[in-house]
Amino acid sequence: MLKKRMLPRDAGKTLIAYVYTDDKEERVSILIDANTRLLVQGITGKEGEFHTRQMIEYGTKVVAGVVPGRGGQTAIDGRVPVFNTVSEAVAATGANTAVIYVPAPFAPDAIRESAAAGIPLIVCITEGIPALDMVSTYAFIQECGVRLIGPNCPGLLTPGAAKVGIIPGNIAMPGPVGIVSKSGTLTYEAVDALTRLGIGQSTIVGIGGDPIIGTNFIDVLAMFEADPQTEAIVLIGEIGGTAEQEAAAYIKAHVSKPVVGFIAGQTAPPGKRMGHAGAIISGGEGTAQEKIAALESVGVRVARMPADIAGLVKEALSARKV
Amino acid sequence: MKLHEYQARDLLARYGIPVTGGGVAVTPTEARAIAEQIGGPVVVKAQVHVGGRGKAGGVKLAQTPAEAEQVAGQILGMNIKGLTVEKVLVAEAVSYEREIYLSAILDRGSKRVMMIASAEGGVEIEEVAKTKPEAIVKIPAHPTMGLLDFQARELAFRIGLRDGRQARQFAQIASALYRAFVESDASLAEINPLVVKADGSLLALDSKVLLDESGLFRHPDLAALHDPSAEPEAERRAREANITYIKLDGNIGCMVNGAGLAMATMDVIKLSGGEPANFLDIGGGASKEKVKTALQIILSDPNVKAVLFNIFGGITRVDEVARGIIAALEEVPTNVPMVARLVGTNEEAGRALLAESKLIPAATLAEGAQKAVAAARGEL
Repeated sequence: MLKKRMLPRDAGKTLIAYVYTDDKEERVSILIDANTRLLVQGITGKEGEFHTRQMIEYGTKVVAGVVPGRGGQTAIDGRVPVFNTVSEAVAATGANTAVIYVPAPFAPDAIRESAAAGIPLIVCITEGIPALDMVSTYAFIQECGVRLIGPNCPGLLTPGAAKVGIIPGNIAMPGPVGIVSKSGTLTYEAVDALTRLGIGQSTIVGIGGDPIIGTNFIDVLAMFEADPQTEAIVLIGEIGGTAEQEAAAYIKAHVSKPVVGFIAGQTAPPGKRMGHAGAIISGGEGTAQEKIAALESVGVRVARMPADIAGLVKEALSARKV
Repeated sequence: MKLHEYQARDLLARYGIPVTGGGVAVTPTEARAIAEQIGGPVVVKAQVHVGGRGKAGGVKLAQTPAEAEQVAGQILGMNIKGLTVEKVLVAEAVSYEREIYLSAILDRGSKRVMMIASAEGGVEIEEVAKTKPEAIVKIPAHPTMGLLDFQARELAFRIGLRDGRQARQFAQIASALYRAFVESDASLAEINPLVVKADGSLLALDSKVLLDESGLFRHPDLAALHDPSAEPEAERRAREANITYIKLDGNIGCMVNGAGLAMATMDVIKLSGGEPANFLDIGGGASKEKVKTALQIILSDPNVKAVLFNIFGGITRVDEVARGIIAALEEVPTNVPMVARLVGTNEEAGRALLAESKLIPAATLAEGAQKAVAAARGEL
């Protein structure tokens, strides 16, 4: 049924959005759960189709695809109806989350279309969007009052409930650890190591490695802090910008749950873009060392190697139970 | 993508920003001809993509055309921080009273284009930020309306330009710089110094423009400015194969899927007592062809004494990746020892395949890094 519900948003602010919820189900994760009704933009493209199959296989309710000019057709062996526009798709299916696999030149418009249709949560996987397009797009989604995750991100996974994006579902399991990260495979490493130790995850959030992204560490930290299922948080950052330092300041003021960190790029040379568009040390700013120092100064235990993350989480969880 | 100074200057000139005259020379004779045309003292400036070229002797003053020819001869062919100078900009030498700073950058925090100005020009803005932060004025442009006229005027007045005509000229330059930035998908457009001449007018003496590579698809004219001589051969080959490769100074090559994991792999090599030879993100999947190209690129660096594969197989299964690597190794003959750490989906099957190959298997990244370090020292 259609209900009014509060969605977590920028720290201190809240957003009221209309989303479909099942009265009986308790919310036990952030951003996505069993109530997620997903719309896929670019569902007939190579990436879109491949990952839509993976998402359906994981149990995500994929209710619509949007491909301009292909309205009335179906995708994924007839299982998903395709619409010309997002607003038609929302009206017909009650989609409450959108995921974007549209090529970079067209992805900003895809984000804007879902935002204008009032979809409260938009996840953009696409890499290579011109940063300036994100300046105007970010302003637009703010006007629409919706949340964007990404771009250039692996998306979201709430183990056992829903997958929106490209995070491999088989390495995760439900549990108490919230993960927020700028990276893809590095996050999978951390998830895989946690699962091997028998420690599950509440929600895994890939915020993306671009300079301008819709959702920052702080936004996700606030959600994990408020989420009753999450008992510990893993924050995976990298060189470039100051988002990790801002996260450290936020943790000091607002986060009571234990946080374990990792920062990639301690050996990265200045002035070189390390794969991600945002991963660059410029003007002496954005080094791994300063980020690690900022996090450690507020009590975050920062792993030296990715493999150490899971062990530190285990320690943090057992210390919490004592 | 970095533009050369002369390319940045020409770009800004198209937007009506006053710049110095002069031209680009690739030979001392050409430098002399340009100096003759200018008809006064000139500055000869190396056009290379490195900072600190002045200190390295890449910028010299010449009083006469003959002297311009002579100093161009010294600068052309000079090696500055590993790059050979192939072009010099011969520009008129300008006398001025003071130096101002002006730039447009993409600001992550505000998620807007930020205009930055300072009365303290001529030095790096990071230096001013440390020593005299109050001298820096920042005004964010509106995300959809752009830099508004009143904002440009405010920049001028807040850095202390009191003369109305001068403030007006500064505001015009700031607006033009903003337009140049936005219309070329830049990530930085900087004029430093913007000088105040004796008559009070302003002139851009040196400028720097960085373009957002993701925006180049809609600017074929700017993409054509790419200087292949400024990009190492291996990086160009990698870019064409959709692989991100950055050469570093160490001797352990690495091949990784994902940028964050690639950085972490370099870090762990360093923590294990080695030095990474490169950053390499092979991207999603790892087909035989892609692994082959990546391996050839890594091995084109003669410093490489060992290679570490670090692949996390999620949706791409580990056994598929292992097959790709083994097939690629068969086609790239080398005696360089290779260590492989493959984890994720179907890793047992992947490991079984590796056991039959000449690759040295490792269960963890730390173990892989240690083995690679030992192999590079000839201890394995």
